[in-house]
Amino acid sequence: MNKARRKNALLASPYIVWIAAFIIIPLLFIGYYGFTDREGNFTWENITTIVRPEYYNALGLSLLLAVISTVICLLLAYPLAYILRNMNMSKQGFIVFVFILPMWMNFLLRTYAWQAILDINGVLDHFLAMFGITDFNIINTPAAIVIGMVYDFLPFMVLPIYNVLVKIDDNVINAARDLGANFWQTLFKIILPLSKPGIASGIIMVFVPALTTFVISDILGGGKLLLIGNLVENKVKADNLNLGAGLSLVLMIFIIINMLFSNGDDTDVNTVKKEVKK
Amino acid sequence: MGNKLIDLQGISKSYGKHMVLDDLNLYIRENEFLTLLGPSGCGKTTTLRIIGGFESPDTGRVVFDGQDITNLPPNKRHLNTVFQKYALFTHMTIAENIAFGLKIKGKSKAYIDDKIKYALKLVNLDGFENRMADSLSGGQQQRIAIARAIVNEPKVLLLDEPLGALDLKLRQDMQYELIRLKNELGITFVFVTHDQEEALTMSDTIVVMNQGYIQQVGTPENIYNEPENAFVADFIGDSNIIPGTMIEDELVEFLGTKFKCVDKGFGNNKPVDVVIRPEDVELVTPDKGTIKGVVTHLIFKGVHYEMEVMANGYEWLVQSTKMSPVGTEVGIKVDPFNIQIMNKPESEDEEAVGVDE
Ligand SMILES: Nc1ncnc2c1ncn2[C@@H]1O[C@H](COP(=O)(O)OP(=O)(O)O)[C@@H](O)[C@H]1O
Ligand SMILES: [Mg+2]
Repeated sequence: MNKARRKNALLASPYIVWIAAFIIIPLLFIGYYGFTDREGNFTWENITTIVRPEYYNALGLSLLLAVISTVICLLLAYPLAYILRNMNMSKQGFIVFVFILPMWMNFLLRTYAWQAILDINGVLDHFLAMFGITDFNIINTPAAIVIGMVYDFLPFMVLPIYNVLVKIDDNVINAARDLGANFWQTLFKIILPLSKPGIASGIIMVFVPALTTFVISDILGGGKLLLIGNLVENKVKADNLNLGAGLSLVLMIFIIINMLFSNGDDTDVNTVKKEVKK
Repeated sequence: MGNKLIDLQGISKSYGKHMVLDDLNLYIRENEFLTLLGPSGCGKTTTLRIIGGFESPDTGRVVFDGQDITNLPPNKRHLNTVFQKYALFTHMTIAENIAFGLKIKGKSKAYIDDKIKYALKLVNLDGFENRMADSLSGGQQQRIAIARAIVNEPKVLLLDEPLGALDLKLRQDMQYELIRLKNELGITFVFVTHDQEEALTMSDTIVVMNQGYIQQVGTPENIYNEPENAFVADFIGDSNIIPGTMIEDELVEFLGTKFKCVDKGFGNNKPVDVVIRPEDVELVTPDKGTIKGVVTHLIFKGVHYEMEVMANGYEWLVQSTKMSPVGTEVGIKVDPFNIQIMNKPESEDEEAVGVDE
């Protein structure tokens, strides 16, 4: 090992301690609890519990809502990030700031705000009443949960996409136009493929929290709609750490599938790593 | 060379309060190698972008082959651009890059494959079809950018400082390569550079620009030998530019000394600028010179020596194959034919001239 590398290793040591303490060790605990019963004997039962209908249904609903929210976030975020990219620099900074601003607000608070809006006799009801629409109840439905997820997680989709889009050289886009491509051809053949890493990061950053959330479903689902996150929370609260850990492990499988599916090698994080290596 | 192919008529362009081009008039003939030459920031790229359709002028018209194309989008114009930093599509292979324009136009696969082969051969990169764009060196990317443009058989190729990022040797090779390409393809080149040597080597016509104004249009010989103003003289090669007075036709006075020259028609006792190329200054023994001086600097430049000679309060730049050591007393002589007389700037247009660089 040469000097520089030894120095790097030294500099990395706090980070390694951090990873060990807050990522590796908790993961080992989850693994341990997930594969043991209350007496500490090995068992598959915590994992296989997922096939029971109440768990299976919760997982299905969670996956469905997470996919829907991710798709809606993507459809909203992409045009938004694209418009942002094409704005002149001085305005850009401001709009990005406006976008990040809600992220500084407490997550719970933002979700409760939506509860106030969507609730029976809430802001939305009053608004709709002005147009003579009554009996429009959306609170405690999957739709309300999706609204909450989209609102809470949208910035996590916009930012990585915006980040890759601003890195695309104007002249690359000009070159496509120069070679005869119209707006849509340029979008589909050049801009979209070049922004794949950002889209992949965005999908992961929205899908993962959407799949595992229990707060949003608690607040906007009224506790009637149980997502897999709620079940994990319930089990842990009810002192059944083993089942909670087992369910988490099942969830993790879907998260890993999602990451592989969104082309793990191409994500923004990995691109950055590659650049650093150079 | 043929007729006017591109005609820029009264083009102006501002960014905010900053006037980048002011009433620019310029035409480009068919099959011409025309170079826009000027210091960084003088509006070369902007002019090219207006021709390419990436920028629309505030006033004026762009006429292409007799047709007004001022408002035509870039994808509808019969010209292609080689961009400043190549702008290759990094998510595609070389073959896909070159095929891009042809696929858009719906050409057959056989036609496209043929064209790719032909273009790669033309730029001396046979066999690069399946490489990724960002695995190539700067010079190779440059040539792919050219290949990608020319397979579309444009009438005009616009090139924005295409050799700027290459090292000296490669740049010189590419200069010859570009001239060869142009002769083989028989298309019009509009070339942008801030490198005067490059412009002199490659062009049929040079357009010298400064601060959004055209300073002079002419052949390389014309521009080099007969600069129309001090800016052009200074920008094209090194020059001695000395303020003087035109006493009468064929007689000019500067540095307190009268010199014979060949220029006429400036009037009597008019202030002028005198331009003398360093290679036109002759160093002789003190008694044979028109004025006397002392060598203050000496550098060996390969082909010639470069010296500075202090004479009558002016530091003359001199290039010669014979060297005179620092401290030598010398006489300075200039052939009347080699003394260029230029009007002092008066109008606003000319004042933009020679401010910096
Ligand atoms: N999009 C733009 N916004 C504002 N100013 C610009 C823009 N493009 C160019 N300019 C300005 O116009 C001037 C000319 O630019 P350019 O045509 O790129 O010069 P050159 O290619 O000769 O170096 C420069 O002063 C530059 O700062
Ligand atoms: Mg430029």
